[in-house]
Amino acid sequence: MAESQWLVSGKMEFTEEQINRYSRHILLPEVGGKGQKKIAKSRILLVGAGGLGSPAALYLAAAGVGTIGLIDSDVVDLTNLQRQVLHHTPDVGRPKVLSGKEKIQALNPDVSVSMYEERLTAGNALKIFGDYDVVIDGVDNFPAKFLINDACFFAGKPLVHGGILRFEGRVTTIIPKKSACYRCVFKAPPPPGLVASCQEAGVIGVLAGIIGTIQATEALKLVLGIGRPLTDRLLDFDARKTQFREIKVRRNQNCALCGEHPTITELFDDGDPYAGCAMRPSA
Amino acid sequence: MQVKINGKPEEVQNGTVLDLLKTKNIEPQMVAVEVNDKVLDRDHLATTHLNEGDHVEFLFYMGGGR
Repeated sequence: MAESQWLVSGKMEFTEEQINRYSRHILLPEVGGKGQKKIAKSRILLVGAGGLGSPAALYLAAAGVGTIGLIDSDVVDLTNLQRQVLHHTPDVGRPKVLSGKEKIQALNPDVSVSMYEERLTAGNALKIFGDYDVVIDGVDNFPAKFLINDACFFAGKPLVHGGILRFEGRVTTIIPKKSACYRCVFKAPPPPGLVASCQEAGVIGVLAGIIGTIQATEALKLVLGIGRPLTDRLLDFDARKTQFREIKVRRNQNCALCGEHPTITELFDDGDPYAGCAMRPSA
Repeated sequence: MQVKINGKPEEVQNGTVLDLLKTKNIEPQMVAVEVNDKVLDRDHLATTHLNEGDHVEFLFYMGGGR
């Protein structure tokens, strides 16, 4: 893995240009030079370089995160461009990880980008997650969301979960064994027979920016060790009303993953990743 | 009786959480239900009776991201 370009002769010192670039961070008492160095040493993994991953990647790159990992097996499709702002019109047909890496490094050459042009599976998740400090969920299907939740639990990595559909979005932060996990609330993926595809349900593009940037904010707070993380709370956003709502959740002692008598003791692929996403009944 | 559903006060019939889901035409498998900040096991939807003033949350799966 490429060494971050921060490390000059083994010791991290900012150049004058870097001090200028990050001056608005360094001015913040909660960040300062010390915090900016934490950001520069941090390694953040984006699972999915799409709607949520795009804004997260751009802001984390701008913030000077040392290493950003991108996992995505897809190529850019024309229908992605309505919301996946990491990719531009000439990128259609190109691998998302490559398109993403180019944009990140054009924005900030200080950032190292690790590309994983593959699907996340029970076979590769722990090995990849082990190299990172924080994982951001930007995938579009439930089996993958459950897999990410489980892998973060087994790898002991904080997870910033996100989801968007139609005009609504949700964010929550999960610190394994300390706060409620995805399975504490949603036990398992919804049955495939009851789900409709994301493509059918649609999503207002800007929602990806709102939710993805909150995810990036949470990741930076975790790296800096500041503030109060969005743990044990689901933050739901409704774009039609421009309204946020916080729903308290707690660790579930019956959780199959992190409860008192877990039945999930190793990673597995939970269902068909092509099963699509759930739709709220139109009642 | 009055309960709060997803933050909003609503008048509902006496009954179980499952009755409420049926009234609202919500498929139980599509939602996680929290009553007073505690997630219910699906097996308990039919046996959990609602009480005046309960806070009920229907948490729908939100799966998109791409």
